Parts: sequence; structure tokens; C-alpha cells
Amino acid sequence: MGKSDMALLSVQNVTMRFGGLVANDRVSFDVPEGALFAVIGPNGAGKTTLFNIISGFFPPSEGQVVFAGDTITGLPQHAVASRGLIRTYQLVQLFKDLTVRENVAVGCHRVTRGGIPAALFTPGWARKQEAEVERRSRELLDFVGLGAQADMAADKLPYGQQRLLEVARALAADPKLLLLDEPAAGLNTQETAALADVIQRVNARGVTVLLVEHDMSLVMKVAQRIAVIDFGKKIAEGTPAEIKAHPDVIAAYLGGTETADA
Amino acid sequence: MTSPATTSTSRWARGVVLPVAAVLAVMVFALNSSGYVVTVIGFAAIYAIFVTGLNFFMGYTGQASFGQNAFAALGGYGSAILSGNYYWDPLLALVVSMAFAGVVAAIVGYPTLKLRGHYLAMATFALGLITYEISIEWTGLTSGYMGISGIPPLGVGRYELGTEKQMLVALTAFLLLGVWISTRLRDSRFGRALRAIAGSEPAAQALGINVARYKLMAFVVAALYASCAGSLFAHFVGFISPEVFGGAMVIQSFTMLFLGGIGTTWGPVIGALMVLMLPEFLRGLKELQDVVYSCVLVMILIFAPKGLAGLVALIPTRRAPAAPRPAEAK
Repeated sequence: MGKSDMALLSVQNVTMRFGGLVANDRVSFDVPEGALFAVIGPNGAGKTTLFNIISGFFPPSEGQVVFAGDTITGLPQHAVASRGLIRTYQLVQLFKDLTVRENVAVGCHRVTRGGIPAALFTPGWARKQEAEVERRSRELLDFVGLGAQADMAADKLPYGQQRLLEVARALAADPKLLLLDEPAAGLNTQETAALADVIQRVNARGVTVLLVEHDMSLVMKVAQRIAVIDFGKKIAEGTPAEIKAHPDVIAAYLGGTETADA
Repeated sequence: MTSPATTSTSRWARGVVLPVAAVLAVMVFALNSSGYVVTVIGFAAIYAIFVTGLNFFMGYTGQASFGQNAFAALGGYGSAILSGNYYWDPLLALVVSMAFAGVVAAIVGYPTLKLRGHYLAMATFALGLITYEISIEWTGLTSGYMGISGIPPLGVGRYELGTEKQMLVALTAFLLLGVWISTRLRDSRFGRALRAIAGSEPAAQALGINVARYKLMAFVVAALYASCAGSLFAHFVGFISPEVFGGAMVIQSFTMLFLGGIGTTWGPVIGALMVLMLPEFLRGLKELQDVVYSCVLVMILIFAPKGLAGLVALIPTRRAPAAPRPAEAK
């Protein structure tokens, strides 16, 4: 591979076996710095497994994940996150008892410091930091369009807005790479469009985005480059236009029988 | 959390001034009452400290522990033995016992906290039982069922808090300090991490929070509070036995936590006062006392599921006109 100095994230020959089932079979791709990259595939293709491996949820059976030049394979999830690889979940995982703004404030954990002593004695830097957390949280809520809901309980938000809150919270961690796990799942057309807009603006802020998605309309609209997975194998990679025209992809999605080995 | 100056006044009034005034009012009431009321309110203050600690682990962090009485026992016996048998300064004995309880909590918690949910509850419950058994069987150290009596009252150097009322003032000071720490920690980066864990462990992990480490810290903090409460009990009553730190303590403290408002800063204090004072008010009902007591508890839990402190939160705060919040207008 040896391209890790170029790519922000490099997935190298990742294989994952669950007993006899091969969920990922030697999957490789590179996500360059600043890209908006998508991994797509039909249901059960192994997208979520791959996603969980990249984010450190579990280690792969074989292969490597290289992030910002370091091998992160097998690191626990919080350690992966603290390096700036921040994920969201397919099923929204909000902190329900916290307000919308506090949810985003938790996101600032990675880029702030201080434990019990700082909390007790609030030295000058800690107070300044809290003010900055407050300011940053409000700015990010405005960015995703939830500024007016800042003091609501998070679980009172409609589902589509909960997704946006999750994105704002992830952004608060100042990610180098934002991993979005099927962010459009369960959203209606309007909500998906709003989300697509936010994802593009996130990328425009300079955040590299890796999107794992089932919803083709979202992917084709926002992604610059796409990798397609079917039955655990990468069957194609290219721009949206190339992917749309790729015979294997059409076969995978429409259930064709004459698949050629890629 | 730093809040804009416009809202901090009302939050300050509701979250700090009001409860502190209420606690001081209860103390003044107790100081002007008979010895029995002083004793009950003293117990309430001690329990409030214990439950404030429990709230760190169960309320803020959302984990279950049925074994915090173990750390109260460590504090109680630590203080009883060090100040009674070895004539240590009571305050020093209290601090050393707390440190010991904290170290034990860290050692025991490290493997135990890998468990979740019911398994964690069972493991911590076992911790309480083990401590209870040790306090019965290690008679050379603890005098077993007989317990330890003649524990000196709290004091510093040659100055001793001889009367119960003096002790009560000291207990109130400890309590206010304990709640102050709880408030400070809750509204900080540390507290936010704990409350994030209560909300969703996977999401907390994904934001770079070391969940295992924060759980352990919450467990140790809870143990420090429990140990302090145990020590204060020993000095307040002058006598401890295994039963003092038995299973009843766990049930009692859970009732206080849920009744007062789990996850709130003042809930433990309200809950402790309520649970210990209510039977006194109902004493006149004689044999109906327990029935009415239970009914009141059930009613509170039905109509105030977030506890009594949750009711206080329903009092509308004065909003600054410059900062309208459309989201809350509905």
C-alpha cells in the first residue's frame, strides 16, 4: 500500500470473519485528506462491520487501518476517537437527560482538558475554557440549524433534528475525519436534503468525511468518491458518475446474475 | 457551566441560595428543638452526605451500586478504631479512613466496573455483604456483633464538639461542603463526561471519553463520600456495629435518592430529610404510621417521578426579556 503519507485514512486488506461468515474480505481503500468519501452497498454487504472496524468498535481478523500515518488497528474506541476520528451511530445515540447545548458541550471533551481539581477550583483557564465550550456549542448548533433549540431536552427534538444534533456534537470534537454511519436512515426526503446540505458544509469547513450509506440519492448528491461493497468485497471504486455506470454495481443493486470478478 | 449573565442570577437563586437557606433553616430549627429532633436531623445530614456520593455513581453516571455501605463501614470502623483505640485526632482519622476507602474502591472497582447493569448490581451487592461478614467475623478488630462503643466526638486538637448540637453544626458544614463539591463537579467537563456515560456509553466512547476510567472515578468519589458519612456517624453516635452499615442502609439510601431526585444536586438532601423526618410527623397515627408512610412514598414516586427536587425545577424561572427561547414557548 505505502500510500498512508498521502491518505488521511487507509483501509488495508481488512478481513473480518464471524465464525464461518466472512463479513469483509480483503477490503482496501484510501480516503485522502479533505475528501467526502462514501462506502455504499446493498443491505448485508458488510458496511457496518467495516465501519465498526475503522472506528475501533472491534478489531479486524486481518488487515490494517492506518489513520493520519499511525496504525490504529485494535485500539479501543475512545483512543481512536481521541486521535480525531469521530463516528456517529446509525441509531441516534443522544445523551437524553442533557439539553441540546450540553450534548454538544460533551463533544468538546476531546479538545478540552481538566478533571476534578479544575472543576472544584475553577482556575482562570478553566473558566475561560468553559466560556469557549459554551460559545463553540452555540456556534455549531447555529451551523446545523438548531440554534433556537439549544436549551431544549435533547430527546424532545424530532428525529431528523436529532441526527443533526449528533453531527454538531461530533463536530465539537474537532474531528480530522468524521465517520457517518447511515445518517439518512429513517429520515424523510426533506430531512435527507437538509442533512445532505449540512454534510457538504461540514466538508467545506475542511473536515474529511467518510459516509457509509444505503441511501443512494444522498450518496450520489454529496460524495466525491465512492467505494462499493457487495458480499464483503469491494467491487468498484470511483466518482459518482463512474459508479452509476459500473456494470457490477448495477448488478449488485438490481440483483443481476452475470457478475464479473473485479 | 458558565451561563450568560442574564440567566445566571435566577439559576444561582434557585440552585444555591434557596437550598442553602433551606438547609440552614432546618439546622436552626433543630438547634432550637429537643435532643431527639437534633439526633434525627443529624442522621439526615449524615445520610444526605452518603446519598450525595451515591448520586455521583448512580445519578450522574447512571450505574447501579448496591454496595456503597461497604465504604461507609470502612469509614466508620476506620474512625472508631483509629480514634478510639489509638487516640488519633478524629478529623485525621476521618481523612485517613477516606483515603483508605478510596484506595479500596479503586482496587475493587477496577475489575468490578467491567460488569454492566444487573451484573454490576450483583457484584456491588456482594461487596456490601463481604464487608458486613468481615465486620462480624473479625472480632479482634471490630468486636463483631458487640460493635465498638465509646468513640470520641468530632474535634480538632484539644477542642471537642461535646454536645449533639455542636456536632450538628459540624455535620451541616460537612454536608454543605459535600453538596458544593457535587454541584461543582456536575457542571464541569468531568461531570458532563459522567452524565454522557449515563446517556449513552457508545456515544461517550465515540467522543473520546474513556468510559471505564470515568466510571471508576465516579465510584471512588462515591466511596469517599460514603466513608466520610460512616466516620461522621461513628463520631456522632459514639457507637457502631455491623448492623449500622447493613442492608437496611442500602435500601434506606436508595429510597432517599429516588424520592429526592436522582441525578439532581439537592435531591439527596431533600430525600434524606424526607425519609427520616416523615415517620416523626406520622408518629401520631400510631399503627397506621407505616401504611401512611408507604402511601406517601408511592404517591411521590408516581406524581413526581424525577423526585422532589424535580418539582422545584418546575417553578418557572424569571427569563431575561433579551433572550427569548422559542423552543420552550410551547
